[in-house]
This record gives sequence, structure tokens and C-alpha cells, in this order.
Amino acid sequence: MSDTTTTPALSGTKFFMNFPVTETSHSLEAYRARGGYQALEKVVRSMQPTEVTKEVSASGILGHGGAAFPAGRKWGVVKLGDNQPHYVCMNADEGEPGTFKDRWLLENVPHMCLEGLIIASFALEGRHAFIYIRGEFDLPYRRMAAAIEEAYAAGLLGENILGTGFSCDVVLYRGAGSYVCGEASAMLASLEGKKGWPRNRPPRLTVKGLYQRPTVVNNVETLANVPVIIGQGAAEFRKVGVAKSPGTQMISISGHIAKPGVYEVEYGYSWEKFIYEDCGGMQGGKALKCIIPGGVSTKILSADEIKGVTLDHLTAVAAGSQLGSGGMMAVAEGTCMVRLLQVIQRFYHHESCGQCTPCREGMGWMDRVINRIVRGEGRPDDIDRLYHISNANDGTTICSLGDSAGYAATAIMDHYREEFEYYIKNGRSMYDGCLTVEDPFAGAVAALRGATANATATAGAVA
Amino acid sequence: MSELVQRLIPEFERWKERYPAGFEGSLTIPCFRRIQEERGYVADDDVDALQAYLGIARTQLDEVLGFYTQFTRKPLGKTHLQVCHNVSCSLRGAANLVTYLSCKLGIQPGQTTPDGKFTLSTVECLASCGTAPMMMVNDAYHENLTPATVDALLAEHSA
Ligand SMILES: Cc1cc2nc3c(=O)[nH]c(=O)nc-3n(C[C@H](O)[C@H](O)[C@H](O)COP(=O)(O)O)c2cc1C
Ligand code: SF4
Ligand code: FES
Repeated sequence: MSDTTTTPALSGTKFFMNFPVTETSHSLEAYRARGGYQALEKVVRSMQPTEVTKEVSASGILGHGGAAFPAGRKWGVVKLGDNQPHYVCMNADEGEPGTFKDRWLLENVPHMCLEGLIIASFALEGRHAFIYIRGEFDLPYRRMAAAIEEAYAAGLLGENILGTGFSCDVVLYRGAGSYVCGEASAMLASLEGKKGWPRNRPPRLTVKGLYQRPTVVNNVETLANVPVIIGQGAAEFRKVGVAKSPGTQMISISGHIAKPGVYEVEYGYSWEKFIYEDCGGMQGGKALKCIIPGGVSTKILSADEIKGVTLDHLTAVAAGSQLGSGGMMAVAEGTCMVRLLQVIQRFYHHESCGQCTPCREGMGWMDRVINRIVRGEGRPDDIDRLYHISNANDGTTICSLGDSAGYAATAIMDHYREEFEYYIKNGRSMYDGCLTVEDPFAGAVAALRGATANATATAGAVA
Repeated sequence: MSELVQRLIPEFERWKERYPAGFEGSLTIPCFRRIQEERGYVADDDVDALQAYLGIARTQLDEVLGFYTQFTRKPLGKTHLQVCHNVSCSLRGAANLVTYLSCKLGIQPGQTTPDGKFTLSTVECLASCGTAPMMMVNDAYHENLTPATVDALLAEHSA
């Protein structure tokens, strides 16, 4: 059983983490006992597609995939009754570093995600829906595959759902290892059996998406919220969270935090309380240096910058960042930010699809510059060079991977310029290149190295 | 002609039931995944056979195999260790985990042991950041790794 199933206590409304996780709590039977599929029943028996979209719009729910785009507005673009197929695709590619909340949902409430997808298909007059799940996922894949089969057997999927004449098939589609396929247009290219290259808009995917048909792509968590919205009604839903960010957010927190894991947080919750109380502060009682709020693609905030800030979209933007995908990473005092940026940049360089020149060339160039700084061979103008490359990416690329890499780099350099200057001037890190608070392998590696050194010394003596 | 692909075609045909008509191209990635599951890699023969079966341009198939990191054109070690070295895992000791495995196996990331038992790779975030450091051992996630758990895994897979 996965470790992500533990449900930490935290006050506030919970839509997802409101039941004890057991060996069987993900099953259809258990989900139904918790009231599952009642929203679908209500939709197919008593609602019109447009009413469903209206309710989702009224709920004010913002997409949970990273960009916080209003789900109702996206659905509203799809023209119903236009005599062509419409598709809905659940984005379960979860690849944004630091993010592991969709995995919790797929493992523990697969039916809730599925119910949301079926309701979305009803609202958008879709006959076929897709779940694009990242290729490495094993348990989440098996849980979702089992949920789909249970749903078919129970008449909740397939022809004539619940005897109402509404039909919907779901394809569970496994990716094959590519971060950029989490980007919606790349995902659809991948679903067509091609390499995952993002494409320029317009046309929007809701106009020309999968195989040129109108397609809605929503994140797992966005869709999992749909049964809640329909079940209790938009007005009730809006009572949770804050006016501009209704509902809850699944936050996955990791890094130097004492209690890493997935937490369901009501929007508007105190950021400091979350970090210092619910998550137990830093490992080893260290001080917090900075936070990466919502995946590496969001700008870091220092410990001071989250003071008095609440966890909701507008407040996070006012503080200088975004909540993004809810993939929060905590970094303790004493961490080398130059090496941290090296890790981040290596990632972007590896994942750039290579289609846009500024991204393809820029990622490689930044990677080389940071690597030489870390080797102690940095040049005095390398900081300016990194800014220059980052800024060249801003707004000139097809997808936001290029932009994000630039923002991540400039935010780290804006905050910790002195660490970069020190590294370049002295040829070494201000913090000894430290990335860990506790390193489970440090002792063992030192021992292995000592053993090798000893063996060499002995061999030398014998010779 | 790839016998493997011939044998898998009835299975591929069954998958089509849930796809809309005209979605043959979409089977490319699932088919390659299934082929690799059986053979351990995708052979030239398999690509030829799939090209004939799906009626898709060879260039598109080659592009797909080159683009996605999970596809491999040559056999890997019997056990594939894939260590995440992204941010959260780095903050929890991924670098030394890689060094530890390198020392124990006598290979660098990207290499296979001479006896063909292990391939070591480093990969990007696997959505297991809260239980770092972690690695995949073939298809399975192993999390909150320590020298003791890694030793046990290596022993289990050396057999
Ligand atoms: C490089 C890149 C990677 C992305 N990865 C993901 C992902 O793994 N999961 C996800 O839901 N959205 C991801 N997105 C965002 C999607 O493009 C899309 O906005 C989202 O799935 C829409 O869902 P939502 O409106 O429900 O938030 C990514 C975007 C970019 C640019
Ligand atoms: S910005 Fe980068 S990842 Fe995105 S489409 Fe362009 S080259 Fe590809
Ligand atoms: S950073 Fe290693 S699993 Fe996410």
C-alpha cells in the first residue's frame, strides 16, 4: 500500500479526504456507501447538459492543473448540438515536479474522478472520454482500470447508462514518459499516437482538439470536484473556501518538511499555520528558507513572503507567485540555491520538446552555464547571462515550459543573488553545495568510499 | 515478420471496442507499450509489423519511439532501477542514493552491469516526492529508501 494514503488531520471542509482509507475504500461498493454516483444519477435523470455546465460555472471552480482557469468557462465554449463528436480528456499525467496529489485521488477515489468525467461527458455531449495517465504510474493505473471495469459492470458506463439512453465509453490511455505531454495540446497529440508536441492557439482545443474535434481537457482534481458541485449544488460549494477561490485544494508537500504528504486544504487557510503546525515545520527543527508554492514552474517565495498570506489563488499572486498545481516544496535554511537551480534547470533541459528555438537553445545554454558555475568555473557575467536567456524565453514560446523555466531561474536569482555571486567569485558554494537536511545515504556512501580508498591504499602497499 | 506482434494482434483488436471509429493511430503508444512489456524492448521487426497492422507512416512510429523516454530499442538489464533526481528527491538525498547504487553495482547511470542483471537510470519527478528518496524497480515504486531497503532490493533482484 502506498504511503500517500495516510490522511493527515487538518481543520476545514474536506471533499476528498473525509473517510478512513482502508484496503477496500477505493471500491465501487465503498464509494457508493459514501453517496457516490448519486450526482451522476441526478444528472442523467433530471438535468439538461447546459444546466450541468451552468452549475459548474456558478460554482466558480478554478482548474487544478496549474493555470487556475475557470472550468465552467472552458466547458461553455463547446457548442452543443453541432453534429460532431466532442471529447473530454482527464489529465492524469501528473508530472510537475513536487506534485503528487492526483496520484492520491486516482489511488483512493478513482470512482469520484470517473464520476466527474462521465458527468462532464454528459454536459459536453461526449460519447467517448479519455483518461491520459502517466506511463510510470502503476497502482494509480491499476486502481483506475479496476474502477472503469466496475463501472461498466454496474451500468454506469457503456451503452444506455442507468437506462437513460445516455451512452459513454472511457478509454484509459497510458503515456510513455514525457513531462510536456501534461500540456493539454501535447496530450492530445500523444493521444493521437504522435510525439507530444504542444501546438499554438488559436484554434482553442475546445474548438479543434482531439482529431480536430472540440475537446475539453481537465485535471483529475478538477473533474473529481464535479460530483461535489452537482451533488450539493453550486451555492453550497461556494460556502467552502473564499469568494475568488471556492472549494478546497489538494496540496502535496515535500522537501525539507517534517510531515510530507497530501493535505486537503480549504482555500483561505493560513499558509504559516499549514507549514509550521499542520506539517510540523522543517526537518530537524531547521528554519524555513523558502517555498516553491505549486510545482517547480512557480516562483519561489521566501519565508518572510508567506507571512500573513493565505492559501488561495489571488493572495498567492499578490504575494508574487501562484498556487499552481499544489505541489509545494519546502527548502530549509542552509540549502545551496545554486545547486537547487541546477537540478531545476537540468529538468527543463531534459523535458524541452525542442520545437521552439528559444526554449530548445535556451534550456541547453542555461544548463551549461549553471553547470560551469557549480564546477567552480563560473564567469563574472554569468548571472546576467542567465537573466538574458530567461527573458528571451518570456512569451516567445508555444507552451509555457520555456517561460516557466525562465521564471523559476529569475525568481531564485532575484532572491539569492549573493549566493550566485559568491559561488562565481570563490569557485565554491556558500553552503558547501548542501541540498539535504537529513541524508539517509550519506553515511553509507562515505563508508563505501572509505572502503575503496582503504583497498587502494592496501593494494598500493602490497605492490 | 514479428511473431510477437502477430500473437498480440487479437488483443489489440479487442482494445478497439472502446475507441471511436478512425482512432487507429491512437493505438500506436499502447501497442508499443504492450510489445515492450513482452520483449523488454521494441525490435525493428516489431516496428515493421506494427506499420503494416496500423497503416501508419514509419517516420511517425520512429518519432514516437524516439520521443518517449519509456521506450527502448535495445534490451536493458533484467532489473531496471530508475532513480528520481528531481527537486524533492534531491532535497532528501537522491544524489547519494545514485552514488550508493553506482558503487554497489559498479556502473554509472545509463549503464548496464556486465552480467546483464541491472540497468541504472536517473529520471525526473515520478510524483512520489513526499516519500523521497525513491526509485522504480521495474514497474514498482519503492519509496522512503534507506541503505537497508536498497540492499534488500538488490539482493532480491540479484537472485
Ligand atoms: C509543460 C506543461 C505541463 C503540464 N502538466 C500538467 C499535468 O501534469 N497535469 C495537469 O493537469 N495539467 C498540466 N498542465 C496544464 C494543462 O496544459 C492544462 O492546462 C490542464 O490540464 C487543464 O486542466 P484544468 O483546467 O482542470 O486545470 C501542464 C502544462 C504545461 C505547459
Ligand atoms: S516552449 Fe519548449 S517545451 Fe514548449 S513547445 Fe516550445 S520547445 Fe516545446
Ligand atoms: S521529485 Fe522525486 S518523485 Fe517528485
